[in-house]
Amino acid sequence: MKLLVTFSRKKGRKPIIAQAVRDTGVLINVERAVIDSSEGEALIDVPDEQCKLVSDTMIRLGATVHMLEHGISVNESECVDCGACISICPREVFSLDRNFRLKLEEGKCVLCGKCIEACPHQALTLPL
Amino acid sequence: MHKTIDQINERIRDGTARVVTAEEMPVIVAELGEEGALKEVDVVTTGTFGAMCSSGAFINFGHAEPPIRMERIWLNNVEAYGGLAAVDTYIGATQQSDTREEEYGGAHVIEDLVSGKSVELRASSRGTDCYPRRTITTDLLLENLNQAIMCNPRNAYQRYNAATNSTDRVLHTYMGVLLPNYTNVSYSGAGVLNPLSNDPKLRLIGSGVPIFLCGAQGMVIGEGTQHSPAGGYGTLMVTGDLKEMSQDYLRAATMTGYGVTLNVGLGIPLPVLDIDVVRATAVRDEDIAVDLLDYGVPSRSRPAVRKVTYAELRSGTVVINGEEVRTSSLSSFRKAREVAEELKHRVERGCMQLTLPTRPIDAKKQAKPMYESIKSPRVLDIMDRQFVSIGQDVEIITAAKKLLKGETNHLPVIDSEGVLVGIVTTFDISKAVANPGKAHLVKDIMKKKVVTTTPDEAVDIAVQKLERNNISALPVVDGGHHVIAMLTAMNLGKLFGGRWLK
Repeated sequence: MKLLVTFSRKKGRKPIIAQAVRDTGVLINVERAVIDSSEGEALIDVPDEQCKLVSDTMIRLGATVHMLEHGISVNESECVDCGACISICPREVFSLDRNFRLKLEEGKCVLCGKCIEACPHQALTLPL
Repeated sequence: MHKTIDQINERIRDGTARVVTAEEMPVIVAELGEEGALKEVDVVTTGTFGAMCSSGAFINFGHAEPPIRMERIWLNNVEAYGGLAAVDTYIGATQQSDTREEEYGGAHVIEDLVSGKSVELRASSRGTDCYPRRTITTDLLLENLNQAIMCNPRNAYQRYNAATNSTDRVLHTYMGVLLPNYTNVSYSGAGVLNPLSNDPKLRLIGSGVPIFLCGAQGMVIGEGTQHSPAGGYGTLMVTGDLKEMSQDYLRAATMTGYGVTLNVGLGIPLPVLDIDVVRATAVRDEDIAVDLLDYGVPSRSRPAVRKVTYAELRSGTVVINGEEVRTSSLSSFRKAREVAEELKHRVERGCMQLTLPTRPIDAKKQAKPMYESIKSPRVLDIMDRQFVSIGQDVEIITAAKKLLKGETNHLPVIDSEGVLVGIVTTFDISKAVANPGKAHLVKDIMKKKVVTTTPDEAVDIAVQKLERNNISALPVVDGGHHVIAMLTAMNLGKLFGGRWLK
């Protein structure tokens, strides 16, 4: 399960992810992180069964946590199956099937959003 | 063996014509042989669905009361041409909205009309004795228009160059997003299904030939603009009635950072008259090659990285410099198939009769580049041949003196052969003086990665380099990377001295 963790750095620089790893013993996979002087956002991947534990721990440490059940999504009435997104995606989420219809492997998506501007039909959206 | 167009039309009327798509044809020819395929197949349908920027529609609104001679015209805030009589206009697909820019444009206006949405017409005029009205604003549906005729000057490119990017930055082009350092390839075109690739000698496609255009039964007007079949880049000018079109085959699109375009679904049925038609329609993706161009070079003649076929492009990866690079199509092959299939059904049902061209299209023409009576300025026209340079093993203080004496802010650093190895600026030297440390020599403080230009480069391109890198000077180098001049922001002032501006 992927979790989107956001935290403010105003009240000091608590090492939230490191702390959560130590407290829970769960090995967290950080897939993407943007951290600046005032706030941070990290997309982490944790095993499904430990998801609640990690999430609760991080909330206790002052972070906001969203569980992400979906990756990028395609609006099928806008998509024309061109494939402009395919070579843009760093995680190879998109491909064309045998009938040249766009196919998604949502689990691979790290919600980087690079495909969104590459889509000529505004058919792709992030879940949040 | 030979079939006439009348025989084929008779079979279409009887419902006995054998119609196949251009994707099925190569398989049939491989199975039955050329003679067998000629006997078996009467019509081959083609199809393509991709971004065709050179598209638009003529519209007649009818007269208002009191009447107006529209001089400036907007449809949903997208400006349309106002130089066509009183209540006619042409809306071009790539024209962008005054208020929403690349998010909405002429292509969206056309799609909105076709999908039954209302579009706001706003027009102004200076008023005349016969047309007294000065302004008008009204909401219109497609059914309110007397005519809405799509007329596209350049559609159905026979093939199109594939694109990649050698530079170290992301490019936003009409070929989509091109990632740095050859990380992806984009391409466009239906390959095996493309109409002109199935009739490269233009024996069957010409003026008056019926076509499928965005769902309507349209027609080929003649050669398209920039038609260049000599090199394999033929184009068509086509027309069709917007009122018969469907959103399934007509979609507005936005290429981020580039602009608005229209995805057009277009197909042409080809009568199988003789062996030559069989051979031409047996073409496969493997047989159609295009250049893979480096869009990192901002020139009309972009260098070709290699040749690729549509079969390679469609496989998902192509090899560049030994590396597998992923490909993206910008046109939809699924939609191209849908066009060819729909056209096949229409011919089978007898809804469409075929004709031969009433006026042929030249199959040998070569498009020319623009004739420029005034050459755009090049770097050599304005560069400073008098410049001061310095060696890398010289003390910083010497560099400072040279800068002062030369009244310049930039010193190219060269080796004993005159080859550029770095650059120091007044900023680098001030920094070294303000924070005295280990740096004593020019090579300790110079920037080694230098952005350069060449004498032949267009000034516009050099200016783009200055802006993009936030710098104010470029060393001008020759083929051996020797510094021969400097181009500084100050030299650009020469352009405003009246020599280049008229």
